Amino acid sequence: MLQFQNVTKRFGSFTAVDDLNLSIPENEIFGLLGGNGAGKTTTFRMLLRLIDQTNGTISWKDNAISYDSSHLIGYLPEERGLYPKMKVKEQLIYLGKLRGMKRSEVEKEVISWLERFNVPEYIDKKVEELSKGNQQKIQFIAAVIHKPELLILDEPFSGLDPVNVEVLKDAVLDLKKLGTTILFSSHRMEHVEELCEHLCILHKGKPVVSGNLKEIKRSYGKKNVLIDVDFDLTFLEELEGVHRIKKGLNHSVVQIEEESVSQVVLHKLTEKGFVRRFELEEPSLNDIFIEKVGAAYE
Amino acid sequence: MNKFFIVLTQTYLNRLKSKAFIVTTVITLLMIFLLTNISTIIERFDTNEEDQVGVITTSEYFPLLQNQLDRMESNLDLKSFKGTEEEAQQAIEEGELDSYMILEEDEAGEPKAIYKAETVAEQNTPQLLESALQQVKSTVAAERAGVTQKQLLEIDQPVQFEKVALEKGAKTEDELNQARVFVYVLLFVIYFSVIFYGNMVAVEVATEKSSRVMEILISSVSPVKQMFGKILGIALLGITQYTIIIISGYLFMQLQDDEGSQTGFLSFLNFSNLTVSLVVYAIVFFVLGYLLYATILAMVGSLVSRAEEVQQLIMPVQFLIIIAFFIAMFGLSTPSSPFVTIASYIPFFTPVVMFLRVGMLAIPFWEVAISLALLIGSIIVFGILGAKVYRGGVLMYGKSSSLKDIGKALKLSRRER
Repeated sequence: MLQFQNVTKRFGSFTAVDDLNLSIPENEIFGLLGGNGAGKTTTFRMLLRLIDQTNGTISWKDNAISYDSSHLIGYLPEERGLYPKMKVKEQLIYLGKLRGMKRSEVEKEVISWLERFNVPEYIDKKVEELSKGNQQKIQFIAAVIHKPELLILDEPFSGLDPVNVEVLKDAVLDLKKLGTTILFSSHRMEHVEELCEHLCILHKGKPVVSGNLKEIKRSYGKKNVLIDVDFDLTFLEELEGVHRIKKGLNHSVVQIEEESVSQVVLHKLTEKGFVRRFELEEPSLNDIFIEKVGAAYE
Repeated sequence: MNKFFIVLTQTYLNRLKSKAFIVTTVITLLMIFLLTNISTIIERFDTNEEDQVGVITTSEYFPLLQNQLDRMESNLDLKSFKGTEEEAQQAIEEGELDSYMILEEDEAGEPKAIYKAETVAEQNTPQLLESALQQVKSTVAAERAGVTQKQLLEIDQPVQFEKVALEKGAKTEDELNQARVFVYVLLFVIYFSVIFYGNMVAVEVATEKSSRVMEILISSVSPVKQMFGKILGIALLGITQYTIIIISGYLFMQLQDDEGSQTGFLSFLNFSNLTVSLVVYAIVFFVLGYLLYATILAMVGSLVSRAEEVQQLIMPVQFLIIIAFFIAMFGLSTPSSPFVTIASYIPFFTPVVMFLRVGMLAIPFWEVAISLALLIGSIIVFGILGAKVYRGGVLMYGKSSSLKDIGKALKLSRRER
């Protein structure tokens, strides 16, 4: 269990993280969401002991994290960077050794990871010769090469093309199967929905939503109805339980208070004319995020 | 393996394999080779031909001048030229002569000469001729005045003037001259190494920071271990480079025949006069000086966001070393002035200035001990401060970097309770 207890970080008068309490179960993928400046990177940096928290404790398996446990932890920072002039292999050997690996172990792992990412020919290339996406693959390898128990990925999929996002996502899921606990941050809600069981949305250093993804969605209550009709939907706004209507090109999305409202809406629609499509769906994480973070902005 | 040593060996080996290291070492070796063999090389290029000087003269001074030049063992071939000036000029054009001289007597019977050559940029020959003629003139004048050769020699005899230092343990004149040369050379070595290797540390840190690899590094190694691993890795590199240079220098000198080493450039360095204690002091001040400046420079390097900014930020630190060097240069002639004495206790200047005093004067050991204690103390202070700034600095990315960021970095690394 990775635990944050009353963790607060202040930089002078600015509070970057405010009384954060989180329990992250082992062998899970946990998503940390938040807009820019929400405090995600600061949280990670405190967890890694790069900066000290002002208050509170952070523990992994009931132990404080220190440099002695750095071989248990893998980290993919948001600020990507490797030694530009060093060859991929040398680079990974150095970083692997710093995580407590032996040279021969690193060499074996490097080969198998590069093959997995379909780029075995990069082993003797300098990093500056690689494309940005491929550099990111190398950086990902650097974060996982020592088979960490706890893996921290700060915006792992940013700047990658869809094919590479899939490759990396598969790798993350495989690591989870091997028992790795993964903590990751992202702006991309679809990635979080796909990967995480638990999540936390941070806003201005405060957790605004936290818990199991399904429960969050259920407790959110509001649902969306997809409607495709040939007439104007504005009259629905007067119905009780209807929050807002988003008109799209092919269909409109109507947000409703709860499931039962959908039946009232359907009834009104069939009275009015031909209904081509009517679909009830779960709220997306995007909706929840925008509402929670947006509400906090107001 | 301890992570500190992983950083140390990585820094060391990476630099050792770098082109910059190999190139600077080779260039230095070439320079040393040239210096130790300069006389042989000059001789090789010297055609050994005697300068042909034609003399248009009817004066009785001419044979005297020839005698005088023979006595001075010059390589001038002075011969009487029967002909006009125009013919002499033609002879120069044809290459028979290198230059010519018109030697006459004035009304008083004193010799006077006009020297003509294609250019008068070359000074050796005319100077030699002038001094020879001067000699001849004074000999003749003396003879006319009835002074004997013996008396003349007595007049010319330089006065005996010996300087003796009364202070116990003070260096004798000879020792001082030797010491001055050594101190000068070693001062330069210390100054140069501190700037060269110190900058290497700053650049190394700045490169890691600007390439953003730093964040991975400090998540696996503590910044303190990382910083000192780097500083000592570069120190090891410096030691390697100096070992290569000293051993090769020694071998070059051994390769020469005895004659060569007598006339070689380094012959004035009489190594037997080099005391062990002076060498030990040189090493101690070199190591401590490097540690002080490398720590400061590593700290400064950690504040830089882009590698290009590093020069701008380390300049103030470099000025300190340059000032120290100038104080030392000034102190070479006045090592006991109060200004130099005070400067030798200021830790930034100690490595160079105290070394100068140790080399030139017989100062009691406690004075050296105090300066060493101050120096070591400030290394520790800057080590602790540096490690803190480093820890915060490596996470800071600003638009422009300045030394004011030290405060910000300290705040970032501080444990706020």
